[in-house]
Amino acid sequence: MATREIEFRDALREAMSEEMRRDVRVFLLGEEVAEYNGAYKVSKGMLDEFGPRRVIDTPISESGFAGMAIGAAMMGLRPIVEFMSWSFSLVAADPILNNAPKMLYMSGGQFGCPIVFRGNDGAGGQLGSTHSWCVESLYSNVPGLKMAIPSDPHDAKGLLKTAIRDDDPVFFLESERMLGMKGPVPEEEYLIPFGQSIVRRRGADVTLISFGRPVHFCMEAAEALAPEGIDCEVIDGRTIRPLDIEAFVRSVRRTNRCVVVDQSWPFASVGSEVVAQVHERCFDDLDNHVHRVHSDDVPTPYASNLEQAYLPNVRKICEAVRSATYRA
Amino acid sequence: MPITQAFQTIIDHISILDQNGRFDEKLGKDLIPDEDVVRLYEHMSICRHLDEVAFKLQRSGRMGTYPQNMGQEATSLGAAYALRKSDWLVPCYRENAGLFWRGLPMEYILLHWMGDERGNQIPRELFITPLAIPIGTQMLHATGLAWAHKYRGEENIACTFFGDGATSEGDFHEAMNFAANLDIPVVFFCQNNFWAISVPGKIQCSAPTVAQRGVAYGMECIQCDGNDLFACVYATRQAAERARKDKRPTFIEAVTYRLGDHTTADDARRYRDQAEVDLWKQRDPLIRLREWMKSRKLWNDTKEAALAERAERDVAAAVKRAEEIAAPHSNDFFDHMFAEPPADLVAQRDSLQTHSLAERERVEA
Ligand SMILES: Cc1ncc(C[n+]2csc(CCOP(=O)(O)OP(=O)(O)O)c2C)c(N)n1
Ligand SMILES: [Mg+2]
Repeated sequence: MATREIEFRDALREAMSEEMRRDVRVFLLGEEVAEYNGAYKVSKGMLDEFGPRRVIDTPISESGFAGMAIGAAMMGLRPIVEFMSWSFSLVAADPILNNAPKMLYMSGGQFGCPIVFRGNDGAGGQLGSTHSWCVESLYSNVPGLKMAIPSDPHDAKGLLKTAIRDDDPVFFLESERMLGMKGPVPEEEYLIPFGQSIVRRRGADVTLISFGRPVHFCMEAAEALAPEGIDCEVIDGRTIRPLDIEAFVRSVRRTNRCVVVDQSWPFASVGSEVVAQVHERCFDDLDNHVHRVHSDDVPTPYASNLEQAYLPNVRKICEAVRSATYRA
Repeated sequence: MPITQAFQTIIDHISILDQNGRFDEKLGKDLIPDEDVVRLYEHMSICRHLDEVAFKLQRSGRMGTYPQNMGQEATSLGAAYALRKSDWLVPCYRENAGLFWRGLPMEYILLHWMGDERGNQIPRELFITPLAIPIGTQMLHATGLAWAHKYRGEENIACTFFGDGATSEGDFHEAMNFAANLDIPVVFFCQNNFWAISVPGKIQCSAPTVAQRGVAYGMECIQCDGNDLFACVYATRQAAERARKDKRPTFIEAVTYRLGDHTTADDARRYRDQAEVDLWKQRDPLIRLREWMKSRKLWNDTKEAALAERAERDVAAAVKRAEEIAAPHSNDFFDHMFAEPPADLVAQRDSLQTHSLAERERVEA
């Protein structure tokens, strides 16, 4: 397949535009998405192509437009709701957590909510504690929703197209820190199914499992550990719900050690979920208990040095891997 | 039955010193003593200079993001002047002039935008809450603060600031409804600057005035010229008295304009006409007040030159103080998590201490 290098934000826009050309039920709404081309320029040019009927600037009313999207979805439309940041989805908690994921269930299968909620997730840009939310652990606890978290432009496009075609609510987690990242993206159309992780690096000694931006920290850590004779396998989960546990298990059965790297807080997190499932499935294969690396259990610090220290950074990953492989 | 009128309302607009320099003696006389007008002008002027310096600091990489206040100084300043020192100022992020007037040292705001949590460690005796970044959330907090004072039989009130865009948030409507129905002594001070980042006011509010949103909740509403310091003082004084005496809230819409970009991360030229900006430059609150003072022989060019020097000195000193504060320590982020730190956090903090030196070297490298 012919590919070209494009930015993460362009990959997202291509996914949305292609799906909007393909399906008139799809439309985009959110703060600054139209006239301003998106607060982070993800929807650049979309107003020009699709017009104000399908690319809609909303008031600063997250609860309002998330709730309205539910009504529109119940009528068979397919809204894409952009949160400038997932941090601002917190003021829309009732529609996105209490309504959208349950509507099908509570209406006895009558009303689905094929909505994509998307926006920037995660810290790392010195935005302070209220602006730096990682929502994956908090939100993935809720039954009835799907959650995708791409780590490069290729996956961003393929996963977002799948998300838009999905009949259930999908929480799509992007990262402001990666929007400018470039990567190869095929010219031809492709979709990436949910629940299929990908091995980013083959290795024999330990399996690193991660999601989203920290996948890159894992890759860096793997390179740093190679000279020490530790050969890391790095798996990018791609989606959190569904979780590709089968692939994780296959890898851990081979390496016998596992470290989970999750950018959310440790308590009741995606990380603890993966640890629990790996233990349930691989108890007899494990040489050591599964280790995990998280952000520290405090609100995201504002100061640059504190924020770096707080994140699941390369140093923390290396320490965890050494410990998991008995090299500490 | 014929159709009768169930309700009718009008929204008053207060203007005391208008953009052409006309001064309403009836409303304006004795509103602010001359020596205070001079001090307030000097203060605004120093805030304006801080804005310029902060912008340059950001452009040269010494500050993260900064929202300029330019053009809106009279709003929060007028309010802070009209309130008591023990009344709460509950800001969003564009209220430097009012916060500094209350006594917040400039380096706190600088430190905040340089990306340091300690900029929010505002001395308790100033009655100022931390800057509110999630839009609209602070209005409910202000209502709760005022509620608590009323509960305790105290005279303090709260005044909360927010933009036109914030009136689209549910929190705004809930705070207004609550305050009106439960008789809470709070002042809702909306700085209508016509823009919410790139989104024009008409997307937030289709009514002819933002002020009338308060009518629906059954509270007193007033619109004032937000670029007229006198009008802002007048409106806030009335509202404060109503709050203190009658325990009733007021909604003030101060009509102003953001002369700068939304923040340093924005470029407003991409979405608004220069002609509009030029029009509002002629309504600049600072120039208006200066010309008025000159016409009353309270001000002259010599004083202006001396003020420019003072502004430069004061702001440079504040920047120096902010930049001299040492970076926080790696394990500082475990502080202030709980009233009593639980054992697991203490353990985490201590484990970080063991490699914090190496970590600092890595981060600084
Ligand atoms: C809940 C929430 N949604 C969105 C944002 C992003 N945001 C920051 S400032 C802003 C515009 C606010 O406009 P307005 O209330 O008019 O205040 P102004 O900046 O004009 O003073 C937006 C949308 C946010 N900080 N919080
Ligand atoms: Mg505004």
